[in-house]
Amino acid sequence: MSVTKGVLLVGGPSKGTRMRPLTLDCAKPLLPIAGKPMIWHPLSALAKVPGLTEVIIIGFYEDSVLSGFIKDAKREFPNIAISYLREYRPLGTAGGLYHFRDSILRPPVPQNIFICNIDICCSFPFTEMLEFHSKHRGVGTILTVKVKREIATHYGSIVHDPATLQVLHYVEKPEGWISDMVNGGVYLFDRSLFDEIKEAMADKTARAAEDPLVQPDDMQKLALETDVIVPLAASKKMYVYQCKDFWRQIKTAASAVTASSLYLSRFAKTAPELLAPSGPTIISPAFVDPTAQIAPTAKIGPNVAIGPHCQVGEGVRVKDAIILEGSTLDQHSCVLNSIVGMNCHIGPWARVDGSPEPESGVKGQISVTILGTEVTLTPETHVRSCIVLPNKSLNKSSANQVLL
Amino acid sequence: MAQTLGRVLQQGHHIEALVKAGVKDIVLAVNYRPEIMVSVLKKTEEELGISITFSVETEPLGTAGPLALAREILGKDDSPFFVLNADVTCTYPFEAFRDFHLAHGCEGSIMVTKVAEPSNFGVVVTKPNSTVIDRFVEKPVEFVGNRVNAGIYLFNPSILDRIELRPTSIEKEIFPAIAADHQLHSFDMAGFWMDVGQPKDYLTGTCLYLSHLTSQHSPLLADPKQHKWVYGGNVLVDPTAEVDPSSVIGPNVVLGAGVKIGKGVRLQRCVVLSNAVIRDHAWVANSIVGWNSNVGRWTRVENITVLGDDVTIKDELYVNGASVLPHKSISTSITEPRIVMCKLELYFHR
Repeated sequence: MSVTKGVLLVGGPSKGTRMRPLTLDCAKPLLPIAGKPMIWHPLSALAKVPGLTEVIIIGFYEDSVLSGFIKDAKREFPNIAISYLREYRPLGTAGGLYHFRDSILRPPVPQNIFICNIDICCSFPFTEMLEFHSKHRGVGTILTVKVKREIATHYGSIVHDPATLQVLHYVEKPEGWISDMVNGGVYLFDRSLFDEIKEAMADKTARAAEDPLVQPDDMQKLALETDVIVPLAASKKMYVYQCKDFWRQIKTAASAVTASSLYLSRFAKTAPELLAPSGPTIISPAFVDPTAQIAPTAKIGPNVAIGPHCQVGEGVRVKDAIILEGSTLDQHSCVLNSIVGMNCHIGPWARVDGSPEPESGVKGQISVTILGTEVTLTPETHVRSCIVLPNKSLNKSSANQVLL
Repeated sequence: MAQTLGRVLQQGHHIEALVKAGVKDIVLAVNYRPEIMVSVLKKTEEELGISITFSVETEPLGTAGPLALAREILGKDDSPFFVLNADVTCTYPFEAFRDFHLAHGCEGSIMVTKVAEPSNFGVVVTKPNSTVIDRFVEKPVEFVGNRVNAGIYLFNPSILDRIELRPTSIEKEIFPAIAADHQLHSFDMAGFWMDVGQPKDYLTGTCLYLSHLTSQHSPLLADPKQHKWVYGGNVLVDPTAEVDPSSVIGPNVVLGAGVKIGKGVRLQRCVVLSNAVIRDHAWVANSIVGWNSNVGRWTRVENITVLGDDVTIKDELYVNGASVLPHKSISTSITEPRIVMCKLELYFHR
């Protein structure tokens, strides 16, 4: 069997600003989604791919940020090598890959390389992509997703030949509608990708030499989508594999609740052992960390993830929510469509709720309530569709605002 | 004698109530023909000895257009016909409404209901000391009256001469014209919750009364020494009410006869009228819960919410300053103050 490797692109601290205030205290790749760090989901799917020997994480976080996770992941997935390679200056997605080409290509030399962004939520059909990829003669396979026409221009738009599945045309975030088939952020490339990147770099340098408007900064960055996939598509070397399952981007804090629900529903089918067993207290699917304490009269779920060392009191209701590590929910309180940050304290009969994340959000409108770290709600207060910054103590009810 | 046009599907018992008021023909104005309903209605037709017709709009015709579409049935003789919006329940006083309409002899009648804060609605203004409608005021800035359209009408077939087969609003285009001819009357829906007066004042008055009882050391009030669920005093509980000891009630709460309060319920500054049920972990403040109403588990009700008779609020909702007409079932949160009158969803719960 030919060797396959995986690359996870995690970005860096300057990314994830739309996830604030959650990312103020927790790096985006480590944010718990369905009880597991965001990056765990693609990693665990890669670990199941036959012939996959190694996963390389590339980003510009400090090593210490990810070292704990990597240590745990090595223990959980002993059959594969896992390492983190840090970019010291932003090189762009393709630039970063090229910079670390020797590490990626070191023996066992991979025939194929998965490249996956971590801020997407899907079932990661890596094995199916690999099977499909080995049947065509292209350089790469791109996971595509069919989205609603109204939001198609927010993504990389793809036109393909329905008979051959060859990509005919690729435009990153087009101004007008081109296709409702978009780039799903997961790719599988032949190792000749690095030759293509090299060529793309040479092209870019040649073009820049003729264009006086190009800034030297731009020169050093090479994006996988615009600088590599666009020419690959033009020379008919890319193929599409259409995602048949759920797919979402995890860009905003609100989308973490949706992603968590989708993963929990998937766990119910693929890994029920990860979920809390249904019963009078638990409505499946729900994840409850073994160190969390849940009173028997509480009602948890569906679509709930409760982190380590949380305390959930008598008669508490939690639904469609993420409760992060160390938070306390006092008796009869209610948390719906919300994310409760680390070490929060929700008083008796207090209510934290929001509306479900809309499919295409309206600017300035808050749906899901997000409580930052160490937020306190006094008894009986109600916070609805608010974003609350860390260390706030709220003693009166609020709705539809950012509480600084 | 009379005919009815309902805009959406009716369920059997609504039709029965109309039949009691003398209705023989029913026209359902729909934008598609729901096949499931056809066989059910066939049976209803036979049982009640009436005829039910579907009038299918191929384009949206507004609130008046469907009447023109059903002109043949509605105009086949001189008898008046009812027009109801989707969410009519069996308890509306159709017979009294019909008698009222026949007595005044004019072209149309509108059922109206009193609301506390009419500024968000179209207010129906009548001529002094008369039921004749003078004019309609959309979202009045100053107080012109507190009667608003309840969405139930009775018309003589002559109204059909005023309506063309095109998208038309009965409220905005047809009513002002009939009112200009002094041919439109308003009929007060009786027995409604607003009979208690302004809910805000009612709550304030209740608090004053309870404070008065406290100052008199009245034995009517629940004794905090005897009941550990009494919090802050001023709590008046009917002896037949059942209160779970894990709840926290007060200050300023009145619980009527046969009321049931579940586990971990928190009530303050509210009146719960007889036979209402507040289910486990619900939270109610500054509100009136009507007779036979049911507030769901983990539901939060506040800000001068008034529930009419037999209102059901489902679990886990947030109800903020809503005025809910009798017999409604609320299954989505009401986050901003409003009156709940015409909601399609209600149909399928009742």
